This record gives sequence, C-alpha cells and structure tokens, in this order.
Amino acid sequence: MTDAARREETAKVSLLYDPRVRGIAFQALLLAFVVFLVYEAVTNALTNLNQQKIATGFGFWDTVSGFDINQALIDYSATSTYGRAFWVGLLNTLLVASIGIVLATFLGFAIGVARLSSNWIVAKLSMIYVEVIRNVPLLLQLLFWYNAVLKPLPEPRNSIVMPAASLGAPHALATALCAALGLAGWFAYKRAKGAEDSTATMAMATLGSIAMALAAAGWLFYGGLLRFAGESGVFLNNRGLILPRPSALAGFGLVVGALALGLVGAFLFRSWARKRQEATGKQAPVGLASLALIVGLPALVFFAAGSPIEWAYPQRSRFNLQGGLQVYPEFVALLIGLVTYTAGFIAEIVRAGILAVSKGQTEAAHALGLRPGPTLKLVVIPQAMRVIIPPLTSQYLNLTKNSSLAVFIGYPDLVQIFTGTVLNQTGQAVEVVALTMLVYLTISLTTAAFMNWYNARKALVER
Amino acid sequence: MKRTIASLAALAALAFAPAAASAQTLDAVKQRGSLICGSNTGLAGFGMPDQNGNWTGLDVDFCRALAAAIFNDPTKVKFVPLSAKDRFTALQSKEIDVLSRNGTVTLSRDTTLGLNWGPPNYFDGQGFMVRKKLNIASAKELNGASICVQQGTTTELNLADYFRANNMKYEGVVFATSEETNKAYDSGRCDAFTTDASGLYSERLKFVNPDEHVVLPEIISKEPLAAAVRHGDDQWFDIVKWTHFAMLTAEELGVTQKNVDEQMKSTNPEIKRLLGTEGKFGEGLGLTNDWAARIVKHVGNYGESFERNVGEGSRLKIKRGLNALWTKGGLQYAWPIR
Amino acid sequence: MSVAYLRREPAQALPPPTFARGPVAWMREHLFGGAWSALLTVGSILFLIWTVPDMVRYLFTDAIWSGGGDLCRKAEAGACWSFVRQNLPFFIYGSYPQPHRWRVDLWMAIGAGLITWLLWPNAPRRSLGAVLFIIVYPIITYVLLSGVSATPGALFEKVPTNLWGGVFVSLLVAVVGIVFSLPAGVLLALGRRSKLPIIKLFSVIFIEFVRGVPLITVLFMANTMLPLFVPEHLSPDRLLRPLIGVALFSAAYMAEVIRGGLQAMPKGQFEGAMALGLNYPKMMRLIILPQALTMVIPGIVNTFIGLFKDTTLVAIVGIYDFLRAIETRRLDPEWAGGTTSTTGYVFAAMFYFVFCWGMSRYSLYMERKLAAGKRR
Repeated sequence: MTDAARREETAKVSLLYDPRVRGIAFQALLLAFVVFLVYEAVTNALTNLNQQKIATGFGFWDTVSGFDINQALIDYSATSTYGRAFWVGLLNTLLVASIGIVLATFLGFAIGVARLSSNWIVAKLSMIYVEVIRNVPLLLQLLFWYNAVLKPLPEPRNSIVMPAASLGAPHALATALCAALGLAGWFAYKRAKGAEDSTATMAMATLGSIAMALAAAGWLFYGGLLRFAGESGVFLNNRGLILPRPSALAGFGLVVGALALGLVGAFLFRSWARKRQEATGKQAPVGLASLALIVGLPALVFFAAGSPIEWAYPQRSRFNLQGGLQVYPEFVALLIGLVTYTAGFIAEIVRAGILAVSKGQTEAAHALGLRPGPTLKLVVIPQAMRVIIPPLTSQYLNLTKNSSLAVFIGYPDLVQIFTGTVLNQTGQAVEVVALTMLVYLTISLTTAAFMNWYNARKALVER
Repeated sequence: MKRTIASLAALAALAFAPAAASAQTLDAVKQRGSLICGSNTGLAGFGMPDQNGNWTGLDVDFCRALAAAIFNDPTKVKFVPLSAKDRFTALQSKEIDVLSRNGTVTLSRDTTLGLNWGPPNYFDGQGFMVRKKLNIASAKELNGASICVQQGTTTELNLADYFRANNMKYEGVVFATSEETNKAYDSGRCDAFTTDASGLYSERLKFVNPDEHVVLPEIISKEPLAAAVRHGDDQWFDIVKWTHFAMLTAEELGVTQKNVDEQMKSTNPEIKRLLGTEGKFGEGLGLTNDWAARIVKHVGNYGESFERNVGEGSRLKIKRGLNALWTKGGLQYAWPIR
Repeated sequence: MSVAYLRREPAQALPPPTFARGPVAWMREHLFGGAWSALLTVGSILFLIWTVPDMVRYLFTDAIWSGGGDLCRKAEAGACWSFVRQNLPFFIYGSYPQPHRWRVDLWMAIGAGLITWLLWPNAPRRSLGAVLFIIVYPIITYVLLSGVSATPGALFEKVPTNLWGGVFVSLLVAVVGIVFSLPAGVLLALGRRSKLPIIKLFSVIFIEFVRGVPLITVLFMANTMLPLFVPEHLSPDRLLRPLIGVALFSAAYMAEVIRGGLQAMPKGQFEGAMALGLNYPKMMRLIILPQALTMVIPGIVNTFIGLFKDTTLVAIVGIYDFLRAIETRRLDPEWAGGTTSTTGYVFAAMFYFVFCWGMSRYSLYMERKLAAGKRR
C-alpha cells in the first residue's frame, strides 16, 4: 500500500472525526436551528397578531398622532403624524447625547487629571467622586437629580429673576472674583512652567486657568446679554430656565457665512503655518489668527449688518412665563445625570491613559529641553490618547444608549415617545420596538466603524 | 457542543409543540381552584395591595365577588398587577381570566382588541386637579398651564383634544407611570394634573397635603370603567355581567352583608330570585343557585363595596354622583334577575 | 534661531528635599505645594464645609428613626429612617408569603456561599463550585423560590411570581444574568473566534446587535414581542420575560470579556495543546479556557457590577424589583410626602454602593494578584 492510499484509507475510517466534516455538520445544524427558530417566531407572530387583531406594517406612520410633545426641535403638534413624532424623539435623543458627550469629556478629563494631582485633598475628593458615581445605578442618580434639581427651585410666580439692573454689585463681584481666580491660575501655570513640576499639576493649572478665564468671559458675556435683554430677561423656576428667544432677521445669513469663511480660513492658515515651520522652522501665531478669523470675523459682520437678531422676551402670565426659550428640567436632569455618570468612567480611562505613558517619556522630553507645557502637549497627550480613544468611544456610545433612561423622568426622547406613547396608541409592538432598536444599532455601528477607521490611522506602527 | 445543540433542539421542539385545545374559562378556573384577575398596580380605592400583599378596592371587590360566586370563597383570587400598557395583551394571551382594572370601554377596544366588556362598575370621566391657591374655578382657565399626564392612556389624547377644541395652549409633561406623574405634580412641576376623576381623588391621598388640592368641575370625557373578558366565551361573559348586576340588585333590594342570612327567609319574590331560594337562575349561569347570596355574604352589595372603598366613608371621599342607583338619580341600573 | 519650545536658560536647581517630617511638612507638600494647589485646597475645604454638615444633619441629627409618616412630613424633618425600618421586610421580600420567606433566605445563603466559593482564589475544587453554580443552583432556585407543590401548606408550596418583589428579585435578575451569561458567553466567544464562517457570523451578529442597543429596548422587546413569537399557551411568565432579556443582554457583554481573555492567550498554548494531540473541545476545556477565564475574572466581575446596576431598569416592564418596592411603599398614603422618597433613594444608593464597591474592590485585588503572577 502506498502512503497516499493509506492516507485515503484513514480518511475514510475517520470521516466522522474529520474536523472539516464536523465543522460543516455543526454549521449546518446551527443554520437549521436558526432558520427553524426564525420560521417559528414569524409564523407564531403572524398567528398571534391575527388572533389578537393587531394591525401590522407601517401604515400608522402617516396617521395623525393626536398627542402633544413639550420639547420639539422641529414643528410638531397633536395634528402631526406618528412619523413626525418619531423624528422629534430621535432629535431629542441626539440633542441630549451630543451635548452630554461634550460636557462629559471635559468633566471626565478634569477629574481624571485631578485624581493624579499631587494635592492630597483634590486627589481624594476626585477618588470619592469616581467611586460613588461608578457604583450607584444611573437610574437612581437620575431620579436624584430630577428631584434635587426640581424640588428646591421656586414655583413660577416666585421665579428667580436675573436682570442686569438688579444684579449690579453681585455680578461685578463675581466677575472680579472669576478674573482673580483666572489670574491666579495663570500664575500657577507660569510657576509650574518654571519648576520641575509634575505633569498632573501642570495640566490642572492649565485646565484651571482656562476654566476660570472661560467663567470670567462667560460672566462678562452674560452681563452684556442681560443688559441687552433688558429688565426681565432670564428666569429660573421649577419649570426650568426661561431665556429670551432669539430669532434671526434678514442678514443673519451673512454672519453664518462669515463664520464658515473664518473656519476655512483658520484651517488653511494652520496648514500653511505648519508647512512653513517644517520648511524654515519659523513659527506663526496660529492660535491668535484662528481666534481672529473664527470669532472676530463673524462678530465684525454681525455688527456691520446691524445686529440682525431679534429677542423675544418671556412675559409673565397666569401660570408661567410665556414666549421665551424654555430649557426643561427633565432635559437638565437627564443631562446632568448622564454627564456626571459618564464622566466617572471617562476619568478612569483618562487616568489609565496617562499612567500608561511611561515616565521615561516625560524625562526624555525634559532632557531634550522641552518645557512641561509642550512636553504634555507634544509627548504625553498624543501617546495617552492612543490608549484613551477606544474605551472613550464605547463610553460615548454608552451615554447615547443610557439616554434611553429618559423614560423614567419624562424627557421626551426616542424611547419615551416611540416605544412609549406611539406603541401604546398603535399597539404595534413589533414594528415600533424593532425600529427603535434599529436606530440605536445604526448609531452604534456607524460610530464603531468610524472609530475603527480612526484607530487604524492612529495606531502605533511598529517595526 | 453537539450534545448542547441536540438538547437545545429538543427543548425548542418541546417549546413549540402545537397548542392544546383551550378549555372554557369557567372550567379552567374551577380546575385551577382560583381565579386570576388582572388588577391595577396600585390605585388606592380601586385596586392596591397593602404591606402584606392583601388587595383591596372596588375593582378588587369585583374579582372577589366572582370568586365568591364560583367557589364560595372570596380569597381564591390571584391578582396580577398590570400597567396600562400590558393589560390587554395579558387578557388576550390568557394570562388572566378577567381584567378588572378601571378600563374604559370604547368602541375600538370592544371590537379590535377581541374583548367583551361588562357593565360599567364605575362611571367616570377625565378631570383636572389644581392647587387651591391658584384660585382656578374652571378648566377653561388653564390656558398656558403645565399639565402632568400619564402616558399610554386615552387621557393623553383627550387632553390634546380638549385644549385644541377650546383653542388653548398647554405644556404637557408626560410620564410612564402614575407614580412619576403624581410625584412631579406634587413637587410643583405642573400646574394641573389630569386623569380619570376617580383617579384624581385616589392620587390626591398620596400628596403631602391633600387638602391643598381641588378637583375642577369640568369632566372632559366619558369614561365608563368596566371589567373585560375575552371574546368567544359567552358563558364566562354572562357570569361577569351578572355578577355586577347581582351586586346592584342586592343594593336596590336592601340586601346587605349583615342581613343576607335573614333575607334568605324573605318572602319578597325579587329577593327570593336574587338569593336563589326561588328559580334556578344560578344554574343557568353554570354556577350554583345561591351564587348571588354568596357574593353578598362575602363581599357585600355594590353600595357597601363603594362606600368601603371609595365613598364618603373611605379616605377617597367620592360622592356617589353618576354611580348612584338609577332610583337615586344615578346611572347604575341593574337588569332584572328573572 | 529661536524656537518657542526650547528653554532659553538652564533649569534652576531643585530646592533641597525637605527632610522634616510631620503634619506641617506633609501639608506643605500635599496641600499647599504651590499657589494653584493652595487655591484648590481652599476651594475643596470650602466645598466640604458647605456640604458635609448639611448632609450629616439630614442623614443623622435631624433624621426620624422611629414613628409614623406624620413625623417625616414635618418641615424640619431629616431622613425618614423609620420608613426604611418599618418597610424593610417588604423591601427584601415584596409580597412573598410570610411563612415561606425562609426559602428566600436559604436561597440567598446558598447563592452567597457558592459565589464565595467561586471567587475565593485559593478555594479547593473551584470547578466543582462552577458546576454547582451553573447547573445545580438554577434548579435549587426554582424549587426554593417558585415551589413545586400545589397543595396548600406544603413545605415547597408554589408561590406565584406576582407576589415576588424587592431585593430578592433584583438579586434573582442579576443571578440569572450571570448564571446564563457565563456559559453562553463562553460559547459566543468561541463562536466569534471560530474558523467556521457561519458560526462566526451568527456569533458576531448576535453580539454586535445586543451591544448596539440599550437594555431598555431589549426589555421592551422581551416584554412585548416575545409573547408574540411563541404559541399563545406558552406565553412566558411576566417575570420570566425580562429575565430572558437580561440573560441575552449580559451574554453578549460577557462574550466580549471572555474573547479578550482568549485573545490574550499566547499562541504557544494552543500549539502546545495541539502538539499533545488534544482535539478542539479538549484543548479548550483543559488548557485554554481555565487560563483564559482566570485571566478575565476582573472583567467578569466588572460586567457583573454593570449587570447588577442595570437590574434597576426592569422596573420599566412592571417587575417589582428593589427600587419599585420602595416606590410602592412611598406612595402608601401612610408614608406619602415628606422626606420618604429621598430616604428611599439614599437607602437604595447605599445598598447598591456596598454591593458594587465590594465587588470592584475584589476585582482590583484579583487584577493585582494576576499581574503579580505575570511579572514573575
């Protein structure tokens, strides 16, 4: 018997044990099982739906909904369709998720850095924050925020009014305080720059001074806005925050155009400056130029066009203030809950990311003569980001998915409107739940695909 | 792995075995030894469990009356708390025998859901509650108000209709559960709270200071609340229908829980027919002839149940109003037992 | 050439180290290490002064420790602990019949014992523990909680699920999640790494689908769609539906954790096993999985923490979990209003915190222990 023949012989004997045959058999079994399951589910569903006289299909999409939604980013009323209600819910979900992601990133980075601070009390406080936030269910936190945000605020007739005139002294004082804090932060930053200070303090100082400067600017802007808004501009009560509602007049398009132009200009200037630096080593004031282009240009156009914005001021009425822009407490509670919760997780990711950059990197950068600021910016952060970004993305997705807890506190998001009211009114569970899941799935998969692409681009290329 | 798949397949085959022929509801209930009653998740006065899981309320009493009629034992009921969302599917899928959970009868619910509705055991309508200090006398003054409303009911639609019809604006704040709705109104998030008027009285009990709130006179919808059963079992439907009428008739004739034993000796033909000392009306329903006597003995007549659970004698303090007997200007009118 | 990011002068020499020890030196170093640090310290202390006394006052000094709901409705009342004390049995057992509550206690004790066995790093025969936990414990759960005997008064009399509620239902949901998700997660993880395309495809689809949607929608699906997918008479119990949803949901997350462990296994282990002539199931069971699973214990525990926190969401489909039990009591006219709701939330938060924090400590401990093994 030749070798080949013998091999054939054994192959015949052990057909049952041939991994390839087994593999195919397993797969066939699994496929048959899944097909069977799906078939059973579909036939059962059809029988049951028929028996319970539940309609099928998306015929309800164009039917008049008959219910109202308080927060709608697009025109919506009880005479709109279920389809329109779906879009209102989706936009509300996206609104809270996108704002939440931005804020959670800032808070999470600040706390992550603070946990590494050399200041004992700051490090401990941020540790307590992270531990408490991460180990208590989000739902409980949301309920807490909703009741804590809602209950202590006064009722509409006793609204906290914030007009410029009555603000006077406290406003000036607060602004001065903010400016002082910002200044102190800046000095701390300078000092840290001079000394061999740890990167953490350094980052704290940077973040702190930026935050303080922002706060000061915010207060100034706010003061200006209020003077602009007049006596009764901003109200705070248990129905939310009521602001003057801006509406664009003719000519506002020019401002938007200027902003776009500024963005493009800043981008072009940056790439030109980078090329020049690579070629000649000369640096250009990129930050200042960008600021001028992005903020200055639109501002100039705005005033040149004669301030083309009209403010509708909220008016006191029997129940609440009417006519203004109302930020609902449900939205605020959901936002705070999602931001603080997700920030707890982001903080841990950031901490791990910074710790993952070996200390030798910082030391080597210092040895090269880089100051602590550029060390952080050019050496530590880019390496840490590589570790941080993948888990950060999944936190962003978690935040988006967690926004579905809105249903517990009455914020009209996709789940509340669609799998809540619409499902109840139409009774079409299969269509409604499937469509809702599809929306979240699309968001998740798109983000995942984008992040995979981004990761592949940024991944460390080793030998 | 293979073994797992094989056992999974066996399990699945078992799970999808063809349906056995469904038994008639009364037989199924008797065989099981208890009635399964779909009830509210917690609406004081209508259906709510206390700390020890004992259920009380007007709707609960109705189920107890059914159990009393069938088993001569009002405790042979299991209550399944159901949310507004789940209640009809629970009945359709035979999870419960009867749904006694302040459900409103409407034409579409009678026809498209495959249900039969008994006679209303409570005539209700949607109303509004506001704080007394707002000094509002009528719902017409609610233009611009924030209104807390529970999702998944006709309430939400009635509310939108009412404000549209009266050309008024409102800000609806919608919650998934009555608990959340209640909490939000009580904490001042809304100016008004809307649900069925009976529900308003019941929810008011849960507020910090119930006396600070007032129910407005307008009733913006008709809400006849009744028990429901599945289509296709007429005998069971009859039992549900006549259980309510028996309780009403007992009140009309003055037969109460206390005097029912004495009344058994009564010579009044109407009482005799009700209590089964004359005629075979109970057997016609598939029950025993003393069915109504059992109901009154264990649960009481309609008036007693009403007083105990929601009436002036209870914490809810609801007036009989529409729910008074027809002889006293109300709508409760029993069909004759004869 | 002057470049901004280069130092222009040599760095100053560091100040000599402070050899002085003691509280003052410590404070100088850790609290006032610079202007910015000092500022933060002062800010933090102000924050603590602002919050801590109020919290202490609310939780302890002004708290109501005994008495009825009237006391908690007073304006100056703090936390209403009497509410928690008097309703504690309801919070733990829901409406589970009084004479049978020992069954719940026993169930919890057995569960705690098995979990300790499994998590104790040096416990003997942990594989036996795993078998008991995954195969025997579900049966015990069914017998103890649901009961088997229809005769009233029997030792294991049937207790309908609509009476279940409170902490034990929350624990039940979590335990069902973990018991189901471990084996299912292993299968899915192996499936995802399988070379067989169809098995891999199904695993990937399942995992990515479940991970891509919020738990709430999975619960809605289990609650409203599942009964439609099976014949009418088999419509699952109201409690069983969310359990199925949670089990599927956690299986997908567990699969990804376990896949991480499989991926971290050095290729040599696979090759070594194959060189010994082990077939795939044996290789996985004897060589790969024991190592991979041990490696991902921290990940598994973290997943479990997440699952445990997520059990609060089952309230949306009408399950009387712990949070819902508190809600129900809170609305009892006897207790309504006042500080009862906040107290209920604080109590629930403390309960969840103790559990989750304890587990996360364990997870950290295991992480360090495993890392120490690797460093050697």
